[in-house]
Amino acid sequence: MAKKRVAVTGVGMTKQRSSRPDVTGIELINEAVRAALDDAGITRKDVDAIVIGNMDHFEGINYVDTWSVDGNGALMKPIMKVCTGGTTGTTVAMAAYYHVASGLFDKVLAIAWEKNSESDTTGAIITAFDPFWDRPCFAGAVAGLALEATQYMAETGATEEDAAYVAVRDRKHALLNPYAHLHINLTIEMVMESPYLSWPVKMGDMCPRTDGACALIFASEDVVDEFPHRPAWILAVADRHLWAYTSDPYVNQKMVGGTWFPAMEKATEEIYSKVGITDPLNQFDLAELYLPYSFAGLRYMESLGFCDRGGGPELVRSGATDLGGKCPVNPSGGVLSSNAIGATGLLRVAECALQLQGRAGERQVPNARLALATGFGGCFWSDELILGVDKPEKPRG
Amino acid sequence: MENWRENQEIIVMEGRIKVPYTWAAGEVGTRYLETLRDQRKFMGTRCPRCEIVYHPPRRNCPDCFEECEDWVELGSQGELQSYTVVRRHHPQLSPLPLPFAYGIIKLDGADTGFLHILSDFQEGELAVGSRVEAVFAEEREGNIRDVLFFRPVKGVD
Amino acid sequence: MEPVAIVGVGMTEIMDNHLASNYADLVFEASQKALADAGMTIDQVDNVITISNDFFDGRTISSMAVMDACGSYDKNVSTVEGDGTFGAFYALMRVLSGSYETCLVCAHHKGSEGVMSLITNAMFDPIYERSLGIDAITSAALQARVYMERYGVSEEECALVSVKNHGNAFKNQVAQLPLKLTVEEVMASPYISDPLKLLDCSPVSDGASALILASKSRARQITEKPVWVKGVAHCCDAFHLGDRDLSSTRALEEAARKAYAMAGISDPGREIDVVELYDAFSYMELMWLEGLGFCERGEGGKLTSSGETAMDGRLPVNPSGGCLSGNPVVVAGLNRIIECALQVRGDAGEHQVEGVRTAIAHGINGPCGQSHCVWIMGGEA
Repeated sequence: MAKKRVAVTGVGMTKQRSSRPDVTGIELINEAVRAALDDAGITRKDVDAIVIGNMDHFEGINYVDTWSVDGNGALMKPIMKVCTGGTTGTTVAMAAYYHVASGLFDKVLAIAWEKNSESDTTGAIITAFDPFWDRPCFAGAVAGLALEATQYMAETGATEEDAAYVAVRDRKHALLNPYAHLHINLTIEMVMESPYLSWPVKMGDMCPRTDGACALIFASEDVVDEFPHRPAWILAVADRHLWAYTSDPYVNQKMVGGTWFPAMEKATEEIYSKVGITDPLNQFDLAELYLPYSFAGLRYMESLGFCDRGGGPELVRSGATDLGGKCPVNPSGGVLSSNAIGATGLLRVAECALQLQGRAGERQVPNARLALATGFGGCFWSDELILGVDKPEKPRG
Repeated sequence: MENWRENQEIIVMEGRIKVPYTWAAGEVGTRYLETLRDQRKFMGTRCPRCEIVYHPPRRNCPDCFEECEDWVELGSQGELQSYTVVRRHHPQLSPLPLPFAYGIIKLDGADTGFLHILSDFQEGELAVGSRVEAVFAEEREGNIRDVLFFRPVKGVD
Repeated sequence: MEPVAIVGVGMTEIMDNHLASNYADLVFEASQKALADAGMTIDQVDNVITISNDFFDGRTISSMAVMDACGSYDKNVSTVEGDGTFGAFYALMRVLSGSYETCLVCAHHKGSEGVMSLITNAMFDPIYERSLGIDAITSAALQARVYMERYGVSEEECALVSVKNHGNAFKNQVAQLPLKLTVEEVMASPYISDPLKLLDCSPVSDGASALILASKSRARQITEKPVWVKGVAHCCDAFHLGDRDLSSTRALEEAARKAYAMAGISDPGREIDVVELYDAFSYMELMWLEGLGFCERGEGGKLTSSGETAMDGRLPVNPSGGCLSGNPVVVAGLNRIIECALQVRGDAGEHQVEGVRTAIAHGINGPCGQSHCVWIMGGEA
């Protein structure tokens, strides 16, 4: 009974907002869960198992799986919590995938959420780093990303304006997504004039802080016909969480055969070989990438093989990654428009599913058949999932 | 090579996670805490399908997921379902000086119990199934500690 | 379920304070021991699951501390936050999916570095419960009271569990707290939150553990003594303590029912040879024995008084000394699985139970055993 093929068959999410004081975390989770169940045409009773994820210190809740039972639907059911930092949402998706692929569960509810309004996000992120070596002298997520951007610009000659193009692109896409948090029609000039947070990263380059939840139904090939929407098949998953210390990624870049973003490149190599991707720009119909800030939208394209090293700026400025382009990136508006951190990775998978099901509304990519979703987090870690319209010939893991 | 581990005194760094939190009570929790604060009354919500009266109130039934939109006023007395007399004071956690107790109290009109503090009791006076009543704070701020504690109902024997 | 086997296990010593080792050191030690036990190198491990808890570690993304120590470099890796029995279940699913032939599971915990009361207080709802100061011990005391009053279980019967498990710990080299106790001594220990006394409670502990799972074909190549996973299931009860009948073990019963069905077990009392369960408090061993179906509800005390759960009894329970003799949270459930694996292999050393063919390991998440995970393991595929 093992080795089932797995599809996303139901999608639910809250509108992503800066603050949701009208609900508790449990009630926020419930909004997304009920939306997913309704979308899939099933009830709580039909769910065989639940996977939930968020980052503990953003809400200060220990054992979120057991705390949120009233909202997550786990009363007298199996529930498991996973947590890997920013990659949590994609980690949730992978855990739900393996629940079903194992043959042990047919219908699995995947939940990812965050109420970032309830804490000091940067204060909580600082605690992610080693208390001896990193924490005493390190100032949270923005600074870590700024180090990457500085190095990227020095090595490739990319400019702040190149990054601003990504910031503008994703925010334009968000205008077509009623669930996105930021709805602002930015220009490159506006991004360039926004205040520096940590050079070269400006306010306009960064993702917002968001309250939101996302829930998906993962189903086995045996039951996908019971659902009203066509399945969005998970073709493969892969991840690398390579390091423990802030400075590790930079050392490794120089050491390991000149890799650029090793975690992403190693995960990419594995997942592309599983699915047979050799020309991602032409093979993928869309990509939903966890871009925590704009510069990532340049460099990740290179590590994902959409262009050569240093080719990110030219690729995005060509319009190939805009809606209407060859391979639209972040039709949902991406992380730069909504970042309820724990939910963010799962929202990437959700958008891929909606696009493959032809249900993405005004931002629908015509005839989308193959999509890439990524998660970013931890210490420059990378999670990747490939989804497709066509049922895979065999389960690929 | 000398054994550098010998007689080594391990260095220990002290730290504290300092993350401030602001937990929203939500619409349902706010109505409950407002009523507690302004009217000294406990409120529960009823599941329209299961007919269970939940206290603390729920926005949705944890079982059938129906919206629990019916508000039910509960008594400020109830039955003690369990209790434990705390014997060790915790400087950062203990809400009252010893002796105090924790209890699970099913208020009159509710189907579920809720957790609170017990005080103003004699040694041996607490019992599962006994009646307890809420003692409210004079100055109330809209949180669960607006109820100072519960105590045994006097003079019902 | 397709056969999957435990092919290697490793535990650090459980101590009140592993002062000389940080999380990475502990995980490295446990992982190396598991690899050595399996006769494998890290290159032969396909993927890794780590288990940790951000609150206990005082670190958001607590898995980051052990990413290099667990050997996950250039492998797929993920992290479960919760008891080790749940994390190992995720690893099992990854092997069952056919994506991997082997999976290394490791868990770490240093209770010595935090304040357990404050950390377990954070399990409770911030609006309705947390400001009352409730924690793991005071909430467990509420459960102990309901259970004991409902079924007439005495404090002495609970004390027997403490006497038995601390006694068993003398024969387990990794146990933290072997104690030669009498029921009178347990009864004379000070109340912390009545009816729980000091010697009814598990200690604060440091430790790490690791095990390796392998598919049927790989397991037979790796070891001559694979321990086969026969059934695993978990189930979660309501959160608010007042929503639950705290004397009921319905979530455990449901998890056990599913696990027994997978393993083809119809009469656990006759078919199970040894039990390693999560006795965070002495009364829990009695309740969980009932929930696992080894006796009627409320009869756990009688079962224990009769001596059946002692080392030389018909159904030895916690021959390792259990959590009462060392409770590195989240690691503790993985240790229950590892102890069962050692028992099935006949490698448990001085605390080996004779003739073990089938064993049960059990772990919990959340306050008062809200969520239970049951593992059944045996020597034949």
